[in-house]
Order: sequence, then C-alpha cells, then structure tokens
Amino acid sequence: MLTDSDLQALWLTARLAGIVTLILLVLGTPIAWWLARTQSRWRGPVGAVVALPLVLPPSVLGFYLLLAMGPNGPVGQLTQALGIGLLPFTFWGLVIASVFYSLPFMVQPLQTAFEAVGDRPLEVAATLRASPLDAFFTVAVPLAAPGFLTAAVLTFAHTVGEFGVVLMIGGNLPGVTRVASVQIYDHVEALEYAHAHRLAAVMLIFSFVVLLALYAWRSGPKKGL
Amino acid sequence: MAGIDARFRLDRPGFSLDVDLALPGRGITALFGHSGAGKTTLLRCIAGLERAPQGRLVVDGEVWQDTERWVPTHKRPIGYVFQEASLFPHLTVLGNLRYGMKRSGKPQRVSLDHAIELLGIGHLLDRKPDALSGGERQRVGMARALAVSPRLLLMDEPLAGLDLQRKQEILPYLERLHDELDIPVLYVSHAPEEVARLADHMVVMERGRVLMSGALVETLTRLDWPVRLGEDVGVVLEGTVVERDGHWHLARVEFAGGSLWVRDDGHATGERLRLRVLARDVSLAREPGISSIQNVLRGTVDAIGEDEHPSLMRVRVRVGPSLLLARLTQRAASALQLAVGQEVWVQVKSAALML
Repeated sequence: MLTDSDLQALWLTARLAGIVTLILLVLGTPIAWWLARTQSRWRGPVGAVVALPLVLPPSVLGFYLLLAMGPNGPVGQLTQALGIGLLPFTFWGLVIASVFYSLPFMVQPLQTAFEAVGDRPLEVAATLRASPLDAFFTVAVPLAAPGFLTAAVLTFAHTVGEFGVVLMIGGNLPGVTRVASVQIYDHVEALEYAHAHRLAAVMLIFSFVVLLALYAWRSGPKKGL
Repeated sequence: MAGIDARFRLDRPGFSLDVDLALPGRGITALFGHSGAGKTTLLRCIAGLERAPQGRLVVDGEVWQDTERWVPTHKRPIGYVFQEASLFPHLTVLGNLRYGMKRSGKPQRVSLDHAIELLGIGHLLDRKPDALSGGERQRVGMARALAVSPRLLLMDEPLAGLDLQRKQEILPYLERLHDELDIPVLYVSHAPEEVARLADHMVVMERGRVLMSGALVETLTRLDWPVRLGEDVGVVLEGTVVERDGHWHLARVEFAGGSLWVRDDGHATGERLRLRVLARDVSLAREPGISSIQNVLRGTVDAIGEDEHPSLMRVRVRVGPSLLLARLTQRAASALQLAVGQEVWVQVKSAALML
C-alpha cells in the first residue's frame, strides 16, 4: 500500500491546497469583484496579469518567484529584515508561490459569477437601504454562491496538481515541500514503479471525482437559488 | 416645504436629460412619455441610482443632491419598484419583504402586516420568487418597497411587462395605495389609460425634456398636446355613483356639471370614482335629437384646436365647471359653424369607469 512518506506527501499536498484556497478566497474575491464591476482602464492589464499563470510555464513563474524571494530579491530582503528568514524551500514559500500560480482559477470563475449577478440586484439592495458592503455580503455573495464553489474546487484541485513551481521554489524536502506530485517523480526516478502507480492512481481518482462532482452539479437541473 | 424640486442635466451619447421640475409632495405624479423620453432616467436620478453631474434635488426641504452634497441611494428614504419586480431569488417572499424593512429605521410608517395586507400577498410569504406569477411578483415588489416606510415611492412602469389580465389584477392594489397611504408616488408610464386611472399630477416628457407639468385634469384638457396621443386623447372626470338601474345594468355617475349613465360594474351608490371620456366618443350637436346616444349634456364651446390628423379637430367644451374634449372632422365643425362661446349639445357615446 502507500508508504508513510506517500501519506506524508498527500497530507502536505492537502494542507497546501487547503491553505492556498482559503487565502485565495480572501484575496481573489475583491479582485474578481473589481474586475467584474470596474470601468477603469486598468481592467484589461489587471485581468491579463491575473490570467498570466494560465499560459506561463510554471518554471518561468517559479524562476521569477525564486529570484524575488531569494536573498537578493526584494521580497527576500524584506523577509530577512523582518526576521522571517528566506522563503524558498519552506512550506510558506510554497504557499506564496501557489497563490500566484492558482490565482486565475479563483478569480476567473468568481468574476464570471459576479458579472452574471449584474447591477440590478445591487441597485435593488441600495433602494432597500443596504450599504454597498452590506449588499455585497447579503446579495452578491449568495447570488454568486455557485461561482464560489466552482472557484474553490478548481483552485484546490489545481494546487494539488502543481509540480513545476514546487520544484523551483520548494525543492524536495520531505514533510516540508515534498508534495504528492514530487513524490511520484521521486518514485519514478528511483524506478519504484509500483509506488508511483499507487500514488498516481490516488491523484487520478481524486482529480476525476472532484471534476465529475463539479460538472454533474453544474449541469444538473437548474434549481431556484 | 413639502414637494420635490428636481433639476438635472445629464449628457450621454445620443441622449441628454435636461429637466427642471417642481412636483407636488402628495398624490400620484405620472411621468408620462413615449419610450426613450427619459422618464426612467429621471426616476433613477431621483433615486440616486444615476448621478447627473449637474443636478439639484430637494425633497421635502431636504437636499439630496446639489453641488456639495450627494446622498447615496441607500440613505434616501425612498421605495423603488422596478419594471421587472427584481425580487432577490435567494430569499423567500417574506425574506424579500424583511430585507429592506429591517434596514430602515424608525419611524415605521407602513407596517409589514399592512404592506402584506394591502397587496394581498399573505398566502405567498413562504414561496421563492420563481414560484410566483408575474403579477404576484410585482405585488411582492411593491410590498417590499412599501415595507421600508418610504417618504417617496418611485415606480418604474410596474405594469409594463404584464399582460392585460395581470394589469387588471394589480391596478386595484395601486389604487388602494393611493387611497390608503399618504405617500407621494412618482409613477413612470407610457400608457395613457394607467395615467388617467391613477395620477393626480402629470408630467409629459419627450427626448429628455419636460414638455408639460400640471394637475391631471387640467393637463388632459389642454389642446396643445405636444406628443402624439392618437386615440387616447380624452379627459378624466371625478364623480360619484348616485343611482343604479338594475333593469338596464346602468349606473348614473354625477360629476361637477352633470351626470352620465355608464355600464354598471357593481360600484355601490355613493362610491367616488373616475370616468375617462375619450374625445373620439364625444360628438357635438346644435339641436338635441333622437339618437342612440343617451348621454346628452348642455355645454358651451370653450376652445377649438387642431388634431394630429388634418381631417380632424379637437373641441373643448365646458359643461358646468368641467371640461370635455370632442374630436370632430373639420367638415363637421364647419357644417356646425362652431365658434367659441357657442352653446352645443354634447353627446357622450361611452365613458369608461376607471375605478
């Protein structure tokens, strides 16, 4: 069956994906809201930056993050000055890198959901004495709830599937940065095909089940919200 | 000082709004005009949903907008009924009603129970909006707007999206609002019969400008109507049912200056109601004759004006203190040798009861 180090890698992966999803829910929501509603000329550039990780090779993203967080990078200087030390090859370095890497998977479904809500419900809320913030939480968020679920699931699943950025930023430290995808790579390099098979199967089944659930739910009969 | 002072200038590609209006602080004021006239934009400016860069809005002596001040929509004591009821789909009917109510401060001028009772939606409270008919949804939308105890109720064509039957279902509720609540209403409509039935005051708009503004009865009897009304030219008379004839199913409605027999729609004697008399249903005669027209009144020609069609003309006749409009052909008017001040017999073919 799965070895202890396999289980450790899976647990690390789940923890990483969970933390990244939570952080992105907090960071991605205002970005998506702004992108959905602004008429600013910065909408295009910001949208493009958010989408970059979709097309950029993970190694490129990882390379720049490594430089930024390294001893001579601006982020590295800051974290050293703050007494945190350097982030590369730590769990939290991996978290930060993954936040960038998975950003579009949170922002884009949320943006679509907010756009679908439209202006009218918020105008109605305003005529019913709700301040903009109040209306956001009591009208926009409930109406965009399916978008939140989609975004969270995609972000989690996508973070689970990350490999290139991890290698660049995290290296391969057991229990710290060795996530499941890296563990499989190690198994293959060590010609432990049986181990690789089991862990790969776990990943395959997990990803399939998550996507199946999401698609089944999305294409299901439209229930009144 | 009670009332609404509204001055807005707004420029958009292909449209500009430029109005300066003083509106009464009570009763229903209809903002009337064809589509694209700017009625909804004006209403949205008053609600604060649209921000005219140059504007001044004073309601009941309170400044809602001027060069220094801007009161955001959620701080304006308004109720707003949108054309499509726009209920929150994630809340039940009761949840929708409570949403605004619990956010609106004291004093509560309209209780939730009163709003529910007024619109007859007590049996719908647990339903979700998608389980309601269009008419029910609109009634919930109105109750929701009332439940915030507004000091000004803004209604944007609340009946426009509904078929005739649903309109008939809702109109009585609107009339109850008018009769039972002392809340001024701005009512956007492009339907003359709705305006005739509901409004006390009327503003006529076209291409972002106000063309006329005045009390309904006076406005309707003007001969210089700046927008096309076609078959809808007519006046409104306020009257009382004084007599009912069970045999012929007719009721006699007395108005200032005379009375008319109309179809008996079951209104009790003593009830106050509105009659709408269309100009096309009024003809004039020099002598009273035997005719199928039973309603014949004595009047004098008050003014003569043009109609939209060159073959026709509009004649305003005074019957006691009331004014009626008649639409005649130019040829008939010439044959009658009509002149201002002349006494005529006014034959009213039909009059529609509005309430």
